[in-house]
Amino acid sequence: MAAIIDMKAVTKNFGGFRALDGIDLQVAEGEIVVIVGPSGSGKSTLIRCINQLEEHDSGTIKVDGHVLQKGADLNAIRTELGMVFQSFNLFPHLSVLRNVALAPVRVRGLSWPEAEARARKLLERVGLKDQIEKYPAKLSGGQQQRVGIARALAMEPKVLLFDEPTSSLDPEMVGEVLDVMQQLAKTGVTMIVVTHEMGFARKVADRVIFMDAGRVVEQGLPETLFDAPCDERLKSFLNAVLSH
Amino acid sequence: MSFFEAFLNWNVFVQTLPLLISGLTITISLGLCAIVLGLAGGMLLALLRLYGPTPLRQIATAYIDIFRAVPLLVLLVVVYYALPFVGLRFTPFTSATLALSIVSAAYSAEIFRAGIEGVPKGQFEAARALGLNAFRRMSDVILPQAIKLVIPPITSNSINVFKDTALASVVAMPDLLKQATQAQALAANPTPLISAALIYIALLLPLVRLVGIFERRLAAKGR
Repeated sequence: MAAIIDMKAVTKNFGGFRALDGIDLQVAEGEIVVIVGPSGSGKSTLIRCINQLEEHDSGTIKVDGHVLQKGADLNAIRTELGMVFQSFNLFPHLSVLRNVALAPVRVRGLSWPEAEARARKLLERVGLKDQIEKYPAKLSGGQQQRVGIARALAMEPKVLLFDEPTSSLDPEMVGEVLDVMQQLAKTGVTMIVVTHEMGFARKVADRVIFMDAGRVVEQGLPETLFDAPCDERLKSFLNAVLSH
Repeated sequence: MSFFEAFLNWNVFVQTLPLLISGLTITISLGLCAIVLGLAGGMLLALLRLYGPTPLRQIATAYIDIFRAVPLLVLLVVVYYALPFVGLRFTPFTSATLALSIVSAAYSAEIFRAGIEGVPKGQFEAARALGLNAFRRMSDVILPQAIKLVIPPITSNSINVFKDTALASVVAMPDLLKQATQAQALAANPTPLISAALIYIALLLPLVRLVGIFERRLAAKGR
Protein backbone atom coordinates (compact mmCIF):
# COMPACT_ATOMS: atom_id res chain seq x y z
CA MET A 1 0.00 0.00 0.00
CA ALA A 2 1.64 3.24 -1.13
CA ALA A 3 0.94 6.05 1.31
CA ILE A 4 0.34 9.29 -0.56
CA ILE A 5 0.38 11.21 2.72
CA ASP A 6 2.87 10.05 5.33
CA MET A 7 3.18 11.91 8.64
CA LYS A 8 5.59 10.82 11.34
CA ALA A 9 5.79 12.32 14.86
CA VAL A 10 4.51 15.69 13.62
CA THR A 11 4.21 18.46 16.18
CA LYS A 12 3.00 22.02 15.93
CA ASN A 13 2.87 24.68 18.63
CA PHE A 14 1.08 28.01 18.62
CA GLY A 15 2.91 29.98 21.26
CA GLY A 16 2.55 27.81 24.36
CA PHE A 17 -0.33 25.79 22.93
CA ARG A 18 0.48 22.36 21.55
CA ALA A 19 -1.86 21.96 18.57
CA LEU A 20 -0.32 18.76 17.22
CA ASP A 21 1.38 16.42 19.66
CA GLY A 22 3.15 13.69 17.73
CA ILE A 23 0.90 12.78 14.82
CA ASP A 24 1.54 9.55 12.92
CA LEU A 25 -0.75 9.17 9.97
CA GLN A 26 -0.55 7.37 6.66
CA VAL A 27 -3.18 7.85 4.01
CA ALA A 28 -3.27 5.46 1.07
CA GLU A 29 -3.98 6.51 -2.49
CA GLY A 30 -7.73 6.57 -3.07
CA GLU A 31 -8.56 6.41 0.62
CA ILE A 32 -11.32 8.56 2.15
CA VAL A 33 -10.30 9.62 5.63
CA VAL A 34 -12.63 11.63 7.85
CA ILE A 35 -11.19 13.38 10.88
CA VAL A 36 -13.50 14.23 13.76
CA GLY A 37 -12.94 15.63 17.21
CA PRO A 38 -13.83 18.49 19.52
CA SER A 39 -12.86 22.02 18.51
CA GLY A 40 -9.27 22.82 19.35
CA SER A 41 -8.26 19.19 18.98
CA GLY A 42 -5.91 19.97 16.08
CA LYS A 43 -7.96 18.60 13.16
CA SER A 44 -7.68 21.73 11.03
CA THR A 45 -4.05 22.26 11.97
CA LEU A 46 -3.32 18.74 10.82
CA ILE A 47 -4.65 19.20 7.31
CA ARG A 48 -3.21 22.71 7.10
CA CYS A 49 0.21 21.21 7.81
CA ILE A 50 -0.21 18.81 4.90
CA ASN A 51 -0.22 21.70 2.41
CA GLN A 52 1.98 23.84 4.67
CA LEU A 53 -0.45 26.67 5.24
CA GLU A 54 0.96 25.98 8.71
CA GLU A 55 4.59 24.98 9.03
CA HIS A 56 5.05 22.04 11.40
CA ASP A 57 7.70 22.35 14.12
CA SER A 58 9.11 18.82 14.10
CA GLY A 59 8.52 15.40 12.60
CA THR A 60 8.32 14.61 8.90
CA ILE A 61 5.54 14.99 6.39
CA LYS A 62 5.77 13.35 2.98
CA VAL A 63 3.34 14.10 0.17
CA ASP A 64 3.56 11.62 -2.68
CA GLY A 65 7.15 10.92 -1.68
CA HIS A 66 8.22 14.57 -1.41
CA VAL A 67 9.42 15.62 2.04
CA LEU A 68 7.99 18.97 3.18
CA GLN A 69 11.06 20.85 4.37
CA LYS A 70 12.88 24.10 3.86
CA GLY A 71 13.87 24.43 0.23
CA ALA A 72 11.20 22.04 -1.05
CA ASP A 73 9.22 23.32 -4.00
CA LEU A 74 6.05 23.93 -2.02
CA ASN A 75 4.15 25.42 -4.94
CA ALA A 76 4.69 22.26 -6.96
CA ILE A 77 3.61 20.06 -4.05
CA ARG A 78 0.53 22.21 -3.44
CA THR A 79 -0.65 21.64 -6.99
CA GLU A 80 -1.21 18.01 -5.99
CA LEU A 81 -3.23 19.03 -2.93
CA GLY A 82 -6.60 20.65 -3.57
CA MET A 83 -8.03 22.49 -0.58
CA VAL A 84 -11.59 23.43 0.28
CA PHE A 85 -11.97 25.98 3.06
CA GLN A 86 -14.57 26.50 5.73
CA SER A 87 -15.08 30.10 4.62
CA PHE A 88 -14.87 29.26 0.87
CA ASN A 89 -12.21 31.93 0.19
CA LEU A 90 -13.35 32.43 -3.39
CA PHE A 91 -11.73 35.34 -5.19
CA PRO A 92 -14.38 38.09 -5.05
CA HIS A 93 -12.97 40.09 -7.97
CA LEU A 94 -13.20 37.18 -10.43
CA SER A 95 -16.23 35.54 -12.00
CA VAL A 96 -17.09 32.00 -10.97
CA LEU A 97 -15.60 30.72 -14.22
CA ARG A 98 -12.34 32.63 -13.69
CA ASN A 99 -12.11 31.51 -10.08
CA VAL A 100 -11.98 27.94 -11.33
CA ALA A 101 -9.84 28.59 -14.43
CA LEU A 102 -7.20 30.84 -12.84
CA ALA A 103 -4.84 28.29 -11.32
CA PRO A 104 -4.84 25.89 -14.30
CA VAL A 105 -3.71 28.83 -16.45
CA ARG A 106 -1.18 30.33 -14.04
CA VAL A 107 0.22 27.11 -12.59
CA ARG A 108 -0.42 24.35 -15.12
CA GLY A 109 0.15 26.59 -18.13
CA LEU A 110 -3.17 25.92 -19.87
CA SER A 111 -4.53 28.54 -22.24
CA TRP A 112 -7.59 30.47 -21.07
CA PRO A 113 -9.94 28.70 -23.50
CA GLU A 114 -8.64 25.29 -22.38
CA ALA A 115 -8.92 26.17 -18.71
CA GLU A 116 -12.38 27.67 -19.14
CA ALA A 117 -13.58 24.56 -20.94
CA ARG A 118 -12.30 22.48 -18.04
CA ALA A 119 -13.90 24.89 -15.55
CA ARG A 120 -17.26 24.69 -17.37
CA LYS A 121 -17.25 20.91 -17.12
CA LEU A 122 -16.43 20.97 -13.44
CA LEU A 123 -19.01 23.63 -12.67
CA GLU A 124 -21.58 21.59 -14.52
CA ARG A 125 -20.58 18.58 -12.45
CA VAL A 126 -21.21 20.48 -9.19
CA GLY A 127 -24.53 21.75 -10.54
CA LEU A 128 -23.60 25.36 -11.26
CA LYS A 129 -23.80 25.48 -15.04
CA ASP A 130 -26.01 28.57 -14.98
CA GLN A 131 -23.90 30.60 -12.54
CA ILE A 132 -20.56 30.70 -14.34
CA GLU A 133 -20.61 34.38 -15.29
CA LYS A 134 -21.70 35.54 -11.83
CA TYR A 135 -19.44 36.88 -9.11
CA PRO A 136 -19.10 34.92 -5.86
CA ALA A 137 -20.96 37.53 -3.81
CA LYS A 138 -24.10 36.82 -5.86
CA LEU A 139 -24.15 33.14 -4.88
CA SER A 140 -25.53 31.39 -1.81
CA GLY A 141 -23.12 29.81 0.65
CA GLY A 142 -23.79 26.33 -0.68
CA GLN A 143 -23.17 27.47 -4.24
CA GLN A 144 -19.98 29.25 -3.22
CA GLN A 145 -18.67 26.14 -1.54
CA ARG A 146 -19.43 24.07 -4.64
CA VAL A 147 -17.40 26.60 -6.65
CA GLY A 148 -14.67 26.12 -4.05
CA ILE A 149 -14.73 22.40 -4.73
CA ALA A 150 -14.65 22.93 -8.50
CA ARG A 151 -11.72 25.31 -8.07
CA ALA A 152 -9.78 22.67 -6.13
CA LEU A 153 -10.65 19.98 -8.68
CA ALA A 154 -9.53 22.12 -11.62
CA MET A 155 -5.91 21.47 -10.69
CA GLU A 156 -6.57 17.72 -10.95
CA PRO A 157 -4.95 17.16 -7.57
CA LYS A 158 -4.08 13.74 -6.20
CA VAL A 159 -5.44 14.59 -2.77
CA LEU A 160 -8.37 16.78 -1.72
CA LEU A 161 -8.26 18.41 1.70
CA PHE A 162 -11.57 19.60 3.17
CA ASP A 163 -11.36 21.89 6.20
CA GLU A 164 -14.84 21.87 7.75
CA PRO A 165 -16.46 22.50 4.36
CA THR A 166 -20.02 22.75 5.69
CA SER A 167 -19.45 24.47 9.03
CA SER A 168 -20.28 27.99 7.87
CA LEU A 169 -23.29 26.98 5.80
CA ASP A 170 -26.95 27.43 6.63
CA PRO A 171 -28.42 24.01 7.48
CA GLU A 172 -30.49 23.77 4.32
CA MET A 173 -27.34 24.09 2.19
CA VAL A 174 -25.26 21.47 3.89
CA GLY A 175 -26.84 18.65 1.90
CA GLU A 176 -25.99 20.01 -1.54
CA VAL A 177 -22.30 20.28 -0.61
CA LEU A 178 -22.17 16.83 1.01
CA ASP A 179 -23.84 15.37 -2.09
CA VAL A 180 -21.07 16.74 -4.27
CA MET A 181 -18.44 15.38 -1.90
CA GLN A 182 -20.10 11.99 -1.89
CA GLN A 183 -20.04 11.92 -5.69
CA LEU A 184 -16.35 12.81 -5.58
CA ALA A 185 -15.59 9.99 -3.18
CA LYS A 186 -16.70 7.53 -5.84
CA THR A 187 -14.16 8.82 -8.37
CA GLY A 188 -11.19 7.32 -6.55
CA VAL A 189 -9.54 10.58 -5.53
CA THR A 190 -7.88 10.61 -2.11
CA MET A 191 -9.86 12.71 0.36
CA ILE A 192 -9.07 13.94 3.85
CA VAL A 193 -12.10 15.58 5.38
CA VAL A 194 -12.35 17.45 8.66
CA THR A 195 -16.03 17.66 9.53
CA HIS A 196 -18.71 17.47 12.18
CA GLU A 197 -21.08 15.67 9.80
CA MET A 198 -21.16 12.22 11.38
CA GLY A 199 -23.70 10.95 8.86
CA PHE A 200 -21.31 11.77 6.04
CA ALA A 201 -18.43 10.11 7.88
CA ARG A 202 -20.45 6.94 8.39
CA LYS A 203 -21.58 6.75 4.77
CA VAL A 204 -18.46 7.77 2.91
CA ALA A 205 -15.35 7.24 5.03
CA ASP A 206 -13.01 4.30 4.58
CA ARG A 207 -11.50 5.26 7.92
CA VAL A 208 -12.52 7.66 10.67
CA ILE A 209 -9.94 9.30 12.88
CA PHE A 210 -10.82 10.76 16.26
CA MET A 211 -8.48 13.48 17.50
CA ASP A 212 -8.23 15.11 20.88
CA ALA A 213 -5.61 17.45 22.34
CA GLY A 214 -3.41 17.22 19.26
CA ARG A 215 -3.27 13.43 19.14
CA VAL A 216 -4.92 10.66 17.18
CA VAL A 217 -6.86 8.96 19.96
CA GLU A 218 -8.69 6.28 18.05
CA GLN A 219 -9.16 5.29 14.43
CA GLY A 220 -10.86 2.62 12.42
CA LEU A 221 -13.80 1.76 10.22
CA PRO A 222 -16.73 4.13 10.71
CA GLU A 223 -19.04 1.45 12.07
CA THR A 224 -16.42 0.31 14.61
CA LEU A 225 -15.66 3.81 15.74
CA PHE A 226 -19.24 5.00 15.99
CA ASP A 227 -20.90 1.84 17.26
CA ALA A 228 -18.19 0.39 19.47
CA PRO A 229 -15.94 3.21 20.64
CA CYS A 230 -13.21 2.25 23.11
CA ASP A 231 -11.79 5.54 24.33
CA GLU A 232 -13.71 7.43 27.00
CA ARG A 233 -13.14 10.78 25.31
CA LEU A 234 -14.52 9.44 22.05
CA LYS A 235 -17.56 8.05 23.87
CA SER A 236 -18.37 11.41 25.47
CA PHE A 237 -17.68 13.23 22.20
CA LEU A 238 -20.08 10.97 20.32
CA ASN A 239 -22.65 11.36 23.06
CA ALA A 240 -22.43 15.13 22.79
CA VAL A 241 -22.60 15.19 18.99
CA LEU A 242 -25.19 12.49 18.39
CA SER A 243 -27.50 13.01 21.36
CA HIS A 244 -29.58 15.75 19.73
CA MET B 1 -9.45 100.43 -9.30
CA SER B 2 -12.78 98.68 -8.98
CA PHE B 3 -13.08 95.08 -7.88
CA PHE B 4 -13.74 93.91 -11.45
CA GLU B 5 -10.91 95.92 -12.96
CA ALA B 6 -8.50 94.52 -10.35
CA PHE B 7 -9.42 90.87 -10.07
CA LEU B 8 -11.50 89.96 -13.09
CA ASN B 9 -10.09 92.22 -15.76
CA TRP B 10 -11.15 90.77 -19.13
CA ASN B 11 -8.46 92.52 -21.21
CA VAL B 12 -5.68 91.42 -18.88
CA PHE B 13 -7.13 87.91 -18.86
CA VAL B 14 -7.12 87.66 -22.63
CA GLN B 15 -3.62 89.13 -22.90
CA THR B 16 -2.08 86.79 -20.36
CA LEU B 17 -4.04 83.67 -21.28
CA PRO B 18 -1.34 82.21 -23.60
CA LEU B 19 1.19 82.51 -20.78
CA LEU B 20 -1.18 80.77 -18.37
CA ILE B 21 -1.86 77.98 -20.84
CA SER B 22 1.82 77.33 -21.35
CA GLY B 23 2.17 77.16 -17.55
CA LEU B 24 -0.81 74.86 -17.33
CA THR B 25 0.69 72.33 -19.76
CA ILE B 26 3.83 72.19 -17.65
CA THR B 27 1.81 71.82 -14.44
CA ILE B 28 -0.19 68.97 -15.93
CA SER B 29 2.84 67.10 -17.30
CA LEU B 30 4.70 67.57 -14.02
CA GLY B 31 1.67 66.39 -12.05
CA LEU B 32 1.14 63.31 -14.21
CA CYS B 33 4.83 62.31 -14.17
CA ALA B 34 5.06 62.71 -10.40
CA ILE B 35 1.81 60.82 -9.78
CA VAL B 36 2.74 57.88 -12.02
CA LEU B 37 6.30 57.60 -10.67
CA GLY B 38 5.06 58.05 -7.10
CA LEU B 39 2.49 55.26 -7.47
CA ALA B 40 4.98 52.87 -9.07
CA GLY B 41 7.60 53.64 -6.42
CA GLY B 42 5.03 53.38 -3.67
CA MET B 43 3.89 49.93 -4.80
CA LEU B 44 7.49 48.72 -4.96
CA LEU B 45 8.23 50.11 -1.48
CA ALA B 46 5.07 48.59 -0.01
CA LEU B 47 5.94 45.14 -1.38
CA LEU B 48 9.55 45.43 -0.18
CA ARG B 49 8.39 46.55 3.25
CA LEU B 50 5.97 43.64 3.55
CA TYR B 51 7.79 40.81 1.81
CA GLY B 52 11.37 41.90 1.08
CA PRO B 53 14.41 40.21 2.60
CA THR B 54 15.42 41.82 5.90
CA PRO B 55 17.95 44.44 4.73
CA LEU B 56 15.69 45.64 1.91
CA ARG B 57 12.70 45.66 4.24
CA GLN B 58 14.59 47.89 6.67
CA ILE B 59 15.70 50.21 3.89
CA ALA B 60 12.13 50.50 2.64
CA THR B 61 10.84 51.25 6.14
CA ALA B 62 13.52 53.90 6.67
CA TYR B 63 12.77 55.48 3.29
CA ILE B 64 9.05 55.61 4.01
CA ASP B 65 9.54 57.21 7.41
CA ILE B 66 12.20 59.71 6.35
CA PHE B 67 10.38 61.02 3.29
CA ARG B 68 7.14 61.42 5.16
CA ALA B 69 9.04 63.56 7.68
CA VAL B 70 10.83 65.84 5.17
CA PRO B 71 8.91 68.95 4.09
CA LEU B 72 8.46 68.77 0.33
CA LEU B 73 9.66 72.33 -0.17
CA VAL B 74 12.87 71.58 1.70
CA LEU B 75 13.49 68.48 -0.40
CA LEU B 76 12.84 70.42 -3.58
CA VAL B 77 15.30 73.15 -2.62
CA VAL B 78 17.90 70.54 -1.64
CA VAL B 79 17.54 68.71 -4.97
CA TYR B 80 17.72 71.86 -7.05
CA TYR B 81 20.12 74.09 -5.13
CA ALA B 82 22.26 71.73 -3.02
CA LEU B 83 22.89 68.69 -5.23
CA PRO B 84 24.71 70.71 -7.96
CA PHE B 85 27.50 71.17 -5.40
CA VAL B 86 28.21 67.44 -5.65
CA GLY B 87 27.89 67.46 -9.41
CA LEU B 88 24.23 66.44 -9.65
CA ARG B 89 22.60 69.09 -11.77
CA PHE B 90 18.96 68.67 -12.75
CA THR B 91 16.63 70.84 -14.78
CA PRO B 92 13.80 72.48 -12.82
CA PHE B 93 11.36 69.95 -14.33
CA THR B 94 13.48 66.95 -13.34
CA SER B 95 14.13 68.36 -9.87
CA ALA B 96 10.44 68.94 -9.27
CA THR B 97 9.44 65.52 -10.64
CA LEU B 98 12.06 63.87 -8.44
CA ALA B 99 11.12 65.68 -5.25
CA LEU B 100 7.38 65.18 -5.77
CA SER B 101 7.58 61.52 -6.67
CA ILE B 102 10.09 60.68 -3.92
CA VAL B 103 7.70 62.01 -1.30
CA SER B 104 4.57 60.71 -2.98
CA ALA B 105 6.10 57.22 -3.16
CA ALA B 106 6.54 57.23 0.62
CA TYR B 107 2.90 58.13 1.23
CA SER B 108 1.58 55.78 -1.47
CA ALA B 109 3.62 52.94 0.03
CA GLU B 110 1.79 53.27 3.34
CA ILE B 111 -1.57 53.41 1.56
CA PHE B 112 -0.81 50.30 -0.54
CA ARG B 113 0.46 48.50 2.54
CA ALA B 114 -2.80 49.20 4.35
CA GLY B 115 -4.68 47.93 1.30
CA ILE B 116 -2.69 44.70 1.10
CA GLU B 117 -3.16 44.15 4.83
CA GLY B 118 -6.88 44.79 4.39
CA VAL B 119 -7.29 41.78 2.09
CA PRO B 120 -8.64 38.88 4.18
CA LYS B 121 -6.15 36.21 5.24
CA GLY B 122 -8.24 33.53 3.53
CA GLN B 123 -7.44 35.06 0.15
CA PHE B 124 -3.71 34.62 0.70
CA GLU B 125 -4.31 31.06 1.87
CA ALA B 126 -6.52 30.13 -1.08
CA ALA B 127 -3.93 31.53 -3.48
CA ARG B 128 -1.13 29.59 -1.78
CA ALA B 129 -3.16 26.39 -1.57
CA LEU B 130 -3.67 26.48 -5.34
CA GLY B 131 0.09 26.49 -5.87
CA LEU B 132 0.28 30.01 -7.36
CA ASN B 133 3.78 31.44 -7.06
CA ALA B 134 4.46 34.63 -5.08
CA PHE B 135 4.23 36.88 -8.13
CA ARG B 136 0.93 35.41 -9.29
CA ARG B 137 -0.53 35.49 -5.81
CA MET B 138 0.09 39.22 -5.78
CA SER B 139 -0.76 40.10 -9.37
CA ASP B 140 -3.86 37.93 -9.78
CA VAL B 141 -5.37 37.68 -6.32
CA ILE B 142 -4.15 40.16 -3.72
CA LEU B 143 -3.33 43.40 -5.54
CA PRO B 144 -6.58 43.69 -7.54
CA GLN B 145 -8.46 43.54 -4.24
CA ALA B 146 -6.00 45.72 -2.34
CA ILE B 147 -5.99 48.46 -4.98
CA LYS B 148 -9.78 48.53 -5.04
CA LEU B 149 -9.77 49.08 -1.29
CA VAL B 150 -7.41 52.05 -1.49
CA ILE B 151 -8.76 53.91 -4.51
CA PRO B 152 -10.14 56.75 -2.34
CA PRO B 153 -6.93 57.48 -0.36
CA ILE B 154 -4.78 57.00 -3.47
CA THR B 155 -6.90 59.51 -5.38
CA SER B 156 -6.66 61.89 -2.44
CA ASN B 157 -2.90 61.52 -2.40
CA SER B 158 -2.72 62.14 -6.15
CA ILE B 159 -4.72 65.36 -5.70
CA ASN B 160 -2.18 66.47 -3.09
CA VAL B 161 0.72 65.71 -5.44
CA PHE B 162 -0.96 67.71 -8.16
CA LYS B 163 -1.49 70.69 -5.84
CA ASP B 164 2.10 70.50 -4.65
CA THR B 165 3.35 70.98 -8.21
CA ALA B 166 2.84 74.70 -7.47
CA LEU B 167 5.86 74.52 -5.16
CA ALA B 168 7.99 73.98 -8.26
CA SER B 169 7.70 77.68 -9.01
CA VAL B 170 10.41 78.27 -6.38
CA VAL B 171 12.95 76.42 -8.53
CA ALA B 172 12.15 78.64 -11.49
CA MET B 173 9.82 76.14 -13.12
CA PRO B 174 7.55 77.98 -15.54
CA ASP B 175 4.45 76.17 -14.21
CA LEU B 176 0.96 77.62 -13.88
CA LEU B 177 1.66 79.54 -10.67
CA LYS B 178 5.02 80.88 -11.89
CA GLN B 179 3.52 82.07 -15.16
CA ALA B 180 0.64 83.66 -13.31
CA THR B 181 2.93 85.66 -11.03
CA GLN B 182 4.98 86.61 -14.06
CA ALA B 183 1.87 87.75 -15.90
CA GLN B 184 0.73 89.69 -12.87
CA ALA B 185 4.00 91.59 -12.84
CA LEU B 186 3.83 92.31 -16.56
CA ALA B 187 0.22 93.48 -16.49
CA ALA B 188 0.49 95.12 -13.10
CA ASN B 189 -2.84 93.49 -12.34
CA PRO B 190 -3.72 90.45 -10.16
CA THR B 191 -6.25 88.96 -12.62
CA PRO B 192 -3.80 86.22 -13.83
CA LEU B 193 -3.38 85.02 -10.24
CA ILE B 194 -7.14 84.76 -9.79
CA SER B 195 -7.38 82.96 -13.12
CA ALA B 196 -4.67 80.51 -12.05
CA ALA B 197 -6.50 79.81 -8.80
CA LEU B 198 -9.73 79.18 -10.72
CA ILE B 199 -7.93 76.83 -13.14
CA TYR B 200 -6.54 74.76 -10.24
CA ILE B 201 -10.02 74.53 -8.73
CA ALA B 202 -11.64 73.62 -12.05
CA LEU B 203 -9.11 70.79 -12.51
CA LEU B 204 -9.20 69.35 -9.01
CA LEU B 205 -12.73 69.92 -7.76
CA PRO B 206 -14.17 67.07 -9.86
CA LEU B 207 -11.48 64.75 -8.49
CA VAL B 208 -12.24 65.79 -4.93
CA ARG B 209 -15.90 65.00 -5.57
CA LEU B 210 -14.90 61.67 -7.09
CA VAL B 211 -13.10 60.65 -3.88
CA GLY B 212 -16.33 61.20 -1.97
CA ILE B 213 -18.26 59.07 -4.44
CA PHE B 214 -15.66 56.26 -4.25
CA GLU B 215 -15.75 56.34 -0.47
CA ARG B 216 -19.52 56.10 -0.32
CA ARG B 217 -19.54 53.26 -2.84
CA LEU B 218 -16.97 51.33 -0.83
CA ALA B 219 -18.85 51.96 2.44
CA ALA B 220 -22.08 50.72 0.82
CA LYS B 221 -20.35 47.44 0.05
CA GLY B 222 -19.61 47.14 3.73
CA ARG B 223 -15.90 46.51 3.58
